[in-house]
Amino acid sequence: MSQDLKDVIQAADPANVATINFGPTHPSTHGIFQNILKVDGEKIISSEQTVGYIHRAFEKLAERRPYNQITPITDRLNYCSSPINNIGWEMTVEKLIGVDIPKRVQYMRVIIMELARIADHLICNSVIGVDAGALTSFFYPFSEREKIYELYEELSGARLTTNMGRIGGFERDFTPVFHEKLKSFLKTFPKAFEEFDSMLARNRIFMDRTKGAGPISAERALSYSFSGPNLRAAGVDYDVRAMNPYSSYEDFDFIIPVGVNGDTYDRFMVRQEEIRQSLRIITQAYNNLPEGDYKADLPDFYLPAKSDVYNNMEALIYHFKIVMGETELPVGEVYHAVEGGNGELGFYLISDGGRTPYRLQFRRPCFIYYQAYPEMIKGLPISDAVLTLSSINVIAGELDA
Amino acid sequence: MEKQNNQEYLTAIQAAFGADVLAHEEAFGMLNVELTPARIHDAIAWLQQHQDLSVNYLTNIAGIHYPDAAGREFAVVYQLHSWKNNLRLRIKGYLPKENVHIATITDLFAGANWMERETYDFFGIIFDGHPDLRRILNMDDMDYFPMRKEYVLEDATREDKDDRFFGRNNNEL
Repeated sequence: MSQDLKDVIQAADPANVATINFGPTHPSTHGIFQNILKVDGEKIISSEQTVGYIHRAFEKLAERRPYNQITPITDRLNYCSSPINNIGWEMTVEKLIGVDIPKRVQYMRVIIMELARIADHLICNSVIGVDAGALTSFFYPFSEREKIYELYEELSGARLTTNMGRIGGFERDFTPVFHEKLKSFLKTFPKAFEEFDSMLARNRIFMDRTKGAGPISAERALSYSFSGPNLRAAGVDYDVRAMNPYSSYEDFDFIIPVGVNGDTYDRFMVRQEEIRQSLRIITQAYNNLPEGDYKADLPDFYLPAKSDVYNNMEALIYHFKIVMGETELPVGEVYHAVEGGNGELGFYLISDGGRTPYRLQFRRPCFIYYQAYPEMIKGLPISDAVLTLSSINVIAGELDA
Repeated sequence: MEKQNNQEYLTAIQAAFGADVLAHEEAFGMLNVELTPARIHDAIAWLQQHQDLSVNYLTNIAGIHYPDAAGREFAVVYQLHSWKNNLRLRIKGYLPKENVHIATITDLFAGANWMERETYDFFGIIFDGHPDLRRILNMDDMDYFPMRKEYVLEDATREDKDDRFFGRNNNEL
């Protein structure tokens, strides 16, 4: 915060201080959260957040659901990149039961998770454009995201809440249509993306609006347990994919972009570069996609094929056992983290051997970093607070769980 | 410098906190250390300051309810991460239900603020010294702590979901 802004805050005459509501339902909050701002003219003196408007008690729900029924809950965390949540949860269970996942499944997962990251970052960055007044750059990437959603659809049948994959692998292999659409996406997306990039990245108006908006230092970001692009924009190169590689991320060559000032512009630029890196990872994974099965050999968890269930007694028994949650599970506690769209998405699972988790906690990056928001917008004009909110990409589903 | 492993962390913690280290285990490669609740704040501060151990990142704080464990009904779990050694560890403290107080670590990690509020909101654990310990995700006028095991989620009389049929015997809940 610059000295003159500090003076403004100190000099604020109580008679001039107004209290206004920013949210809960306001177009620029992109979700339901309330901020009660105290403002002197345009300058924010202090703010207070209220969260929990869409709290759905996921952790409590998870204690009454068999493991495979928890995947749809994870869809609704960060719904801009559901597949990452789904696959992160499946990997947590696989860690608990200790199963070897075929290389092909790992590569397929990487492709899907990176597609999800692209979709997530694309929406976040185009929304930053909207909040800076640039609507074209919002509509333009939607046709690209649509292609990613079609890829999801091909693999899971759903577009937003994907319930992607199963414990042990995928529900089906990449279909011929998926191959075709992915190839065409890899061919056409880079050009479309660079066009989108050229609309904003070096746009004088956009840069003037976003540089210096909502900055946070690396020290504060660390103290607030930031993760993901918001932390990297502050100059810290922490990425779960590189620190604790999962699903064969160690096989791929990619860089972790970092920013300098931790402001809205840096967050935008970090996400833009991450999209390019994700594309690199997808290309590598797809070109080297190993042969093999799309699922692990895991009859206790992975539903048998329907044709077997109708014709084969053992398959029918397994089907019942899985659906009724009669599978033996090891006792233990595991923590598994994946790099979600917004940072370290962790699953802390405690199993007492019962058919449901004894306790399941989601480490939701949005929830953890959103508490820094008042500090980030103090002394800024309201318009910058709007930009800051969209650039830290708070997703209500993940925030409230 | 060599990267430190779980054993070295454990040895260092035991050397510094001696009798306050009540139990330890390695669960799925992650070091779990149970400490006297009153010493947890000091232990986390010490881990954070320590030059070699360098536990610089608070991953999350979780509450757990064990209604059958007399005298240790509530667990507070701190998951920490040292980036220098790329090592994650858990610090656990068990609290009796009559006295669910533990010192806040908001002075060590700013991010602990909401994590502790969330743990309070769901389990009723009181973090002494927290600057603003209010409910966060639930309504302010809620008069119970919903993640405690006595608050059963859905119709527990449904026979097909009776835990007895699934090898678990906790019908008193």
